[in-house]
Amino acid sequence: MTDLATYNFAYLDEQTKRMIRRAILKAISIPGYQVPFASREMPMPYGWGTGGVQVTAAILGPDDVLKVIDQGADDTTNAVSIRAFFQKVANVAVTTKTREATIIQTRHRIPEETLTAGQTLVYQVPIPEPLRFLEPRETETRKMHALEEYGLMHVKLYEDIARNGHIATTYAYPVKVEGRYVMDPSPTPKFDNPKMHMSEALQLFGAGREKRIYAVPPYTEVVSLDFEDHPFEIQHFDKPCALCGAEQVYLDEVILDDKGGRMFVCSDTDHCEDRRAHGHAGHLLAQQEAAE
Amino acid sequence: MATPLVVSEVAKSFTMHLRDGITLPVVSGVSFSVKKGECVVLGGPSGVGKSSILKMLYGNYAVDAGQILIEHQGHLVDLATAVPRAVLEVRRDTLGYVSQFLRVVPRVSALDVVAEPLLARGVAQDEARAKASELLAKLNLPRELWQLPPATFSGGEQQRVNIARGFITDHVILLLDEPTASLDAKNRRVVVEMIAAKKAEGVALLGIFHDEEVRDAVADRILDVSAFSPRKAAA
Amino acid sequence: MSAVPLLKVNDVSKFYGSRIGCRNVSFELWPGEVLAIVGESGSGKTTLLSCLSTRLMPTSGVVEYHMRDGQYRDLARMGEAERRFLMRTDWGFVHQNPADGLRMTVSAGANVGERLMAVGDRHYGNIRATAADWLRRVEIEEDRIDDQPRAFSGGMRQRLQIARNLVTSPRLVFMDEPTGGLDVSVQARLLDLVRGLVHDLGLSAIIVTHDLAVARLLSHRMMVMKDGLVIEQGLTDRVLDDPREPYTQLLVSSILQV
Repeated sequence: MTDLATYNFAYLDEQTKRMIRRAILKAISIPGYQVPFASREMPMPYGWGTGGVQVTAAILGPDDVLKVIDQGADDTTNAVSIRAFFQKVANVAVTTKTREATIIQTRHRIPEETLTAGQTLVYQVPIPEPLRFLEPRETETRKMHALEEYGLMHVKLYEDIARNGHIATTYAYPVKVEGRYVMDPSPTPKFDNPKMHMSEALQLFGAGREKRIYAVPPYTEVVSLDFEDHPFEIQHFDKPCALCGAEQVYLDEVILDDKGGRMFVCSDTDHCEDRRAHGHAGHLLAQQEAAE
Repeated sequence: MATPLVVSEVAKSFTMHLRDGITLPVVSGVSFSVKKGECVVLGGPSGVGKSSILKMLYGNYAVDAGQILIEHQGHLVDLATAVPRAVLEVRRDTLGYVSQFLRVVPRVSALDVVAEPLLARGVAQDEARAKASELLAKLNLPRELWQLPPATFSGGEQQRVNIARGFITDHVILLLDEPTASLDAKNRRVVVEMIAAKKAEGVALLGIFHDEEVRDAVADRILDVSAFSPRKAAA
Repeated sequence: MSAVPLLKVNDVSKFYGSRIGCRNVSFELWPGEVLAIVGESGSGKTTLLSCLSTRLMPTSGVVEYHMRDGQYRDLARMGEAERRFLMRTDWGFVHQNPADGLRMTVSAGANVGERLMAVGDRHYGNIRATAADWLRRVEIEEDRIDDQPRAFSGGMRQRLQIARNLVTSPRLVFMDEPTGGLDVSVQARLLDLVRGLVHDLGLSAIIVTHDLAVARLLSHRMMVMKDGLVIEQGLTDRVLDDPREPYTQLLVSSILQV
């Protein structure tokens, strides 16, 4: 190996990583605050996780074990591509097991298994600004964050209740971090919001197109916004997972045929497989086995 | 006897800037006073400055020189030099004015136009409206008009609304600018009675009355304004 | 009489480069007082209003406000957070164009409720009830509470803007041509409404208008501006019935009689 190759590990030059790491450190110091950074062009289109990839590339070391999920699944195109990408450019170990991973890059989910100290969750974020849909001016939203003027956030929830009788926001549900900054947890379902609260893991958020990085350090208070008479609550599912029988997890609807057949299964594929490996079976799996 | 209104050496002229800045003298050296329970009537030919004197006293016209001393809640206020909010306070509590024409406010009913001076002084709405109804009834304004804005009323009807509005308070000084000009004989008599009642209460009244019958009925003395006319003084 | 003024304006000037916005303006506004600033376009009345309401920084001069804690504060020296808090609690600003003062894509109820939520109100039911009450006070049917102002007429929008401003019981309201652009009949209704609210709430207000009838109806006191200077001021009746300055005489004599 040449000196340069030893010096420069994996993807992104060391100067860029340094810049991104500085942004990350700043973000960790000010939980929930959006730190601007000089987002680079990535070998993938915006919207595919360019922010998350840059954050992962900047923190990844030779000893790390990487897991990548998309909507909870390890086997979708986006997850497979990004995992393969880092395998190639960084030559790091990869896994689908939540508990084995040191870095988990995610799009739209937090794993069901509780994350532990030493793990880092990297979120891919499309629009980092929670106030954006109500206030289009960046100058104004920055000022609102600076001055803690968050009345507008409740206007959005008010509108929800006025229209639907309850808070109908189900994903990208705004949270207040450590009693100070209001933050968009990226388009994760609000089901996952409570998992962010006092998590042992470090949570990093990268928005490539919008050039922002923000963070929730371990053991940080993350509170979902709500009204006294309309408190925050997560989604509830009527049935357990059709494959592994898990309850209290986030389920995806899967269409089975063109006659209205459908099933609800864990969105977290690793969690589901793990449970089945341990002998749990949902009603659909039990039927199949009975048929065989 | 107490004298709530003293006018001393007041002068007034208009400078017409749109007509090459010519100056029209109106009155000068106006000095008189009105005692409690007295009704003084300003006399003299039209154009001699009677209305201008009333308007200066009420603060609508600025005063070039002199003093207008009003006894307001135990102390003297010089309206010739008072700041706007002092003038407004004197108007609210001490100095009433029945103008020749009613200035109507869109959408406000006749009853509320009359009740307003009481509301401004913090009287409850029910009480103010009751008092207003009493006055409008006394002045024979048809009851079906009470809830309507007076903009479309006849001259006589508007004037009665205006009189009721001026008489509703217990102001100790009342200025009257031809309050009976467009009234019929019956309503003129009502107004004469109302003025007599105010006098009995100790109100100091200063008015302009062209109708001789009314003037003779209410006036304690007549002040000839031509004496203050600068044209006469110059002659 | 209240013992102290609400707003003290001392020698305020605003220059745009070498051009004069307004010059050497001084006055005091007292609690419950409505002041009209009149003058033609370009006379500096809107510049002055902006300087008073901290939307513009004066080039020189001082504007002091009597805070609820009894202290006078120099508005130019106030921190931005505090100034913005003041603007959405103790002050109101009614724009000529309601779209500038409303959120056009959120419901009428949320438009009124926003200030409440901004000061920490977190009970949906209470916020909605207060909003409904204010809609009633500005004569908007309660069943329009979930409609967006986009669906409202000009007069309704303006009334909604007023409700949105008054919901936190401000002590001072700035109005920039509040009746501009409205039909005459709609204007009359709005004027009557504003007049009633100012009286009932004991508001102080500074109203910029070029319409002398609006000034006559709403204000106690008025200032006439020309070329950035206040050329005449006093009791509204006095200025309109006995104008002294050439320009004021021209202005008053130019009113169309109906």
